[in-house]
Amino acid sequence: MRAMRRLAGVICLASMIGAAGAIDGTAAFSDATQQARYEALTHELRCLVCQNQSVADSNADLAADLRRQVREMMAAGQTDQQIKSFMTERYGDFVLYEPPLTARTWLLWGAPVLLLLLCLGGAWRVIRTRSRAPMEESADERLASSPGPAHGDRS
Amino acid sequence: MWRYLTPAIVCLLLGLGLSWVLLRIGSGDLDVREIQSPLLGKPAPEFILPSLTEASTSVDSRHFKGSPYLINVWGSWCAACREEHAMLLKISALQRLPLIGLDWKDDPAIAVAYLNEWGNPYQQVASDAEGRVAINWGVYGAPETFLVSGQGVVLFKFVGPLTEAVWHDKFMPLIEREVH
Repeated sequence: MRAMRRLAGVICLASMIGAAGAIDGTAAFSDATQQARYEALTHELRCLVCQNQSVADSNADLAADLRRQVREMMAAGQTDQQIKSFMTERYGDFVLYEPPLTARTWLLWGAPVLLLLLCLGGAWRVIRTRSRAPMEESADERLASSPGPAHGDRS
Repeated sequence: MWRYLTPAIVCLLLGLGLSWVLLRIGSGDLDVREIQSPLLGKPAPEFILPSLTEASTSVDSRHFKGSPYLINVWGSWCAACREEHAMLLKISALQRLPLIGLDWKDDPAIAVAYLNEWGNPYQQVASDAEGRVAINWGVYGAPETFLVSGQGVVLFKFVGPLTEAVWHDKFMPLIEREVH
């Protein structure tokens, strides 16, 4: 029984691995390193019809055409950089999931750093004011709570 | 005082900015799915493809040079193309500039039947059954319409079905400027 379960698990896993690489039915390259390069490249390219999928994952006609294009360019000995330039010359930076750092995209890339600096700055200010004037703070609190009910009133 | 005002002002600005973007999306001024073509201002990609309508002849893009022309990417499978078809016939009847069809990833027999049924607005129709020319033009959906200048430079690309308003507001000003 246990052996059966283990076997079923192995079959499930194996079929998932197969499906991930074989949207076109068969592998594009018989050579394993070429196939790995092909998979990596097509995962970096965005399918433009269904904008939240990569060219590797999409069933759209255009994605199949772009996969064919990548296969042919690889078979012709083109580098990854040449293939990516081919795509961006036609479809723009949007076709890449990782847009290059340019004058138009610096804000996109810099936003996380900017936000982090902003938060750190804010936190630093709060910590400094709190630690410098602990007496004022507690006096404020006492003032604020004094017109309220006394502690014993709740019951 | 500023301790309370600063966050309020920041939130207000953020809210105003976001609602401005949302309002533009809502009014149709901004299409977040639209992709700016890197081809604009660059030479139009050349192609030689079999003609859809004239057997054993080819459509050669080099023959269009000399005066501005339109390239319309369509397919008999594309519902939005059917939607703009009347507008294409109208543009064709104006005879302002040649309208070239690029039949994209289509069965030629069905495409010919489509044109016979609804009318043929194109001067020439190139059959791009494999979709290779479409990739060179950065096509990612149909219909798409390109305006190419007499010097062979891509001036404008419109994604989606053509309407009277799009024709008058976007294409005509550019065409007038080219002709004069």
